[in-house]
Amino acid sequence: MKLELKGITKRFGSLVANDHIDVVVEPGQIHCLLGENGAGKSTLMNVLYGLYEPTEGQILVDGKPVTFRGPGDAMATGIGMVHQHFMLVPVFTVAENVALGAETTKAGGFLNLDDTRRKIQEISDRYGFDVDPDAMIEDLPVGVQQRVEIIKALVRDAKVLILDEPTAVLTPQDTDELLDIMRQLKSHGTSIVFISHKLREVKAVSDTITVIRRGKVVGTADPSASTTELASMMVGRAVNLTLDKAPANPQETTFQVKDLTVIAPSGQHVVDGISFDIARGEILAVAGVQGNGQTELTEAILGLQDRVHGSILLDGEELVGRSVKEVLNAGVGFVPEDRSVDGLIGTFSIAENLILDRYDQAPFAKGISMSPAKVLENAQTRIDEFDVRTPSGSLAAGTLSGGNQQKLVMARELSRPLRLFIASQPTRGVDVGSIEFLHKRIVAERDHGTPVMIISTELDEVIELADRIAVLYKGKLVGIVPAGTRRDVLGLMMAGLSPEDAHADTASKHAARQPGDVPAENPAEPQVSKQAPAAQPVQESSSGAVGDDHE
Amino acid sequence: MSENNEPRRSAAPDPDRNPDALPPETQPAPAPEAESGAPVKDAALVTSLDTAGGAMRPSAVPVSAQSGSLPGTDDSDSVLRKIFTGNGIVTILAVLLALILGGLLIASTDKVVAATSSYFFARPTDFLAAVWSAATSSYVALFQGSVFNPRGSGVGGQFAPLMETLTIATPLITAGLGVALAFRAGLFNIGAQGQIIMAGILAAWVGFALDLPVGLHLLLVLIAGVIGGAVWGGLVGVLKARTGAHEVIVTIMFNYIALYLVRYLLDTPAFQRPGETTPISPILDPSAVYPQIFGSQYRLHIGFLLAIAATIFVSWLLNRSTIGFEFRAVGANPKAALTAGINVPRATILVMTIAGGLAGLAGVAQVAGTEKVLTDGVAATYGFDAITVALLGRSTPWGTFAAGVLFGAFRAGAVQMQIQTGTPIDIVLVVQSLIVLFIAAPPLVRAIFGLNPRKKKAATAGKSQKAAATGGAA
Repeated sequence: MKLELKGITKRFGSLVANDHIDVVVEPGQIHCLLGENGAGKSTLMNVLYGLYEPTEGQILVDGKPVTFRGPGDAMATGIGMVHQHFMLVPVFTVAENVALGAETTKAGGFLNLDDTRRKIQEISDRYGFDVDPDAMIEDLPVGVQQRVEIIKALVRDAKVLILDEPTAVLTPQDTDELLDIMRQLKSHGTSIVFISHKLREVKAVSDTITVIRRGKVVGTADPSASTTELASMMVGRAVNLTLDKAPANPQETTFQVKDLTVIAPSGQHVVDGISFDIARGEILAVAGVQGNGQTELTEAILGLQDRVHGSILLDGEELVGRSVKEVLNAGVGFVPEDRSVDGLIGTFSIAENLILDRYDQAPFAKGISMSPAKVLENAQTRIDEFDVRTPSGSLAAGTLSGGNQQKLVMARELSRPLRLFIASQPTRGVDVGSIEFLHKRIVAERDHGTPVMIISTELDEVIELADRIAVLYKGKLVGIVPAGTRRDVLGLMMAGLSPEDAHADTASKHAARQPGDVPAENPAEPQVSKQAPAAQPVQESSSGAVGDDHE
Repeated sequence: MSENNEPRRSAAPDPDRNPDALPPETQPAPAPEAESGAPVKDAALVTSLDTAGGAMRPSAVPVSAQSGSLPGTDDSDSVLRKIFTGNGIVTILAVLLALILGGLLIASTDKVVAATSSYFFARPTDFLAAVWSAATSSYVALFQGSVFNPRGSGVGGQFAPLMETLTIATPLITAGLGVALAFRAGLFNIGAQGQIIMAGILAAWVGFALDLPVGLHLLLVLIAGVIGGAVWGGLVGVLKARTGAHEVIVTIMFNYIALYLVRYLLDTPAFQRPGETTPISPILDPSAVYPQIFGSQYRLHIGFLLAIAATIFVSWLLNRSTIGFEFRAVGANPKAALTAGINVPRATILVMTIAGGLAGLAGVAQVAGTEKVLTDGVAATYGFDAITVALLGRSTPWGTFAAGVLFGAFRAGAVQMQIQTGTPIDIVLVVQSLIVLFIAAPPLVRAIFGLNPRKKKAATAGKSQKAAATGGAA
């Protein structure tokens, strides 16, 4: 099925989200829409999926114009969509979710799921999805939930599959598996529209890349184009993808964690006897697949966890047992992992969010009386300093794009004298242009002589920022390795192997390969051309395969 | 497919996920209200507000990556939030729409209208004129009974209805402020009724049992009442903060306790008026009652001035104080508030204490201002109407003030309306309920008035709307 979007324009009032966009998706092709957050990619796909009516323009399927009055029409035509946030009912089984909306019934009005189960099994076998039709959605890991979404589309005979930022919620392993699945789907003749702003993935799977900026198509690119080229097209200016970071100049060690254990309400030791320290002027990056204790570790430092054993010393002062406010006042800057949940208050103004943890301190408050003028004044300074794109500091923070929200949180935390800076997922869901800026600020804070702790599930980010890398697995510290450790070694460590074993393992693997095939070691320029798509069965890409092949 | 338009006119997605603000299992809780002494209208209101959360959103909730929260919990909270802090224009249109529908209802009960309808096809103008005159005459009477009566004797008599309106508005405003303030901190305070009663008990006892000099006596009455309400509200805050008990359930139960406590007390020698068999307290000492503002010809007492002061106080508290900042932060996103070092339990306790104190002010206005005795009907339905008032005022201090005055006018004018035109008082209750109904259903109001809510908001069209569409069509 050939899909054409011709001159699609979508206006919301005075806002033009899509401006005469032309895209052609050839059959059996992976077509990537590349663009920053807020560039209009998702709006375009919602138009294609019948969720929005285009203000102008046409959708052509196999050369014939069609109009979609809703997702039902789009699906009937053979267009399936996997949203960034899954549209699944958590308390339903896989089969129930897949059947939802097109349920068949037996005599007496009983639900007939056998047919659905059979289809799921069939698709699951064909693509090696390994999905149990009777598993409850809420029990499934995120990666599998996403496969259920894909199955949902395939069961309805989707010829074109739209994947909206599918890797935003995935771990590196899951991402690799998804890319494999995409290649397989393609080889079975399904076209894929892949929406992303992650250059590495885009380059890895795309056949054609259309770059969108501010609602307009700014050009098409070949996957062989360099990441720098793509990033510049996307952002609209030259972007420096490699961080020019001077070598660390560690001074005295001021932050120490000793035998830290955090016990979850379930009784599980989510952080299990961790010890490490960070020197002033040094960045320690904590790597690990999400859910291996990183969240609890940062929360324990901040005083958000109840059952904490061990010791956390900052400049010789014990932080365990203190309230959040006391920890913050001790000079800890904290960027939480999910800005919209923990980092800011969407309905509050930008100015108010900028003083969220200092609202009761001078000059913003005298006694219990606050000074709105001072709050606004502070906002103006921070907005300028951190280049937060907004017409006014009195607008609600929820109106900002993801990147600007992150800048806002970062601006708040970096705008006071710090003795420790912790940033969890500092660039999650942030576009390339902002990542560059945020990384520079983090390094600047390091060079200012602050101990910095970065927690990230993105290996790229860890490698880029770290002076030392700590890897967490199931709440335990697998090891601390120097910056410059190979990606594949880090990947194995993230799967629980000790640094020595990981080194030994990767060394033997390399020896087994054909000579000369050195895995990509330069994170900024992955050598995508070297991989053999679709050759690798999905089942095999267990956690050990991270960074091995696809990077 | 009717859902097709849904995503297009969508509102923004819920920005703050708040899984524990209103768990679904607690939602049916307000139902027992119908059996209590409270009027059915209020029970229905409370129930409808609560279940709206469940009914208005589709069941297909996006499974976000990290959350293990129950489906629907954050949605119900956001619906409630939208209702309580909705669009100002919608609120005004809702009132207008309710008045129009109320007018039609009035006409339907009118005899002349009934008579003219029998020959509607012969002379439809007669019928329409009758409808018009029935509705307008009732509303004119309502206006005359609540604001300005040209037939009154002298200027004093002409403005007597306004004074009556403000007198009735006084407890509505202060109790409404209590509900509104708590709501801004994310707490649904159904307990104004109980807080008014507890304040009434303490204030009345100080008022009739103690013998104190002028000035000091009234001050003590005021303090006792405010403390009574504050403690009754604060206890709810403590229970919520320390044990996680849901404030809706706790406040409803506290309402019962307060109601039966006052009934019991009025049966004891300490409270019952000597020589009386009915449950009524002695009259408060003259030194313990609020002075009237414009002399003895009107009932309007300085409680109204205190209501104005309370409005100014709450406005300052919410917008200009660190305490209000904490309240709003906790209400809008408790997790972010916690991460920013705000003591959420303390804020919960504090806001319920202040909310209770404000409702207590309403209790004092009742016993020391309007009634001058304590009965078990001291709170009338003010505690429940306060929820409506806060809702109509969109939980802003001055909005609540205006809504309180409006509802005071409805109450005061309804009597006059019945006397002059024979329109039943209940029509006013219907209009009040219609207002709530329309505020709770903004899309209905927008559709009726042809407003287009798409602009801008649609740009951030919610995932849940997509879920609705996807789920429906899938």
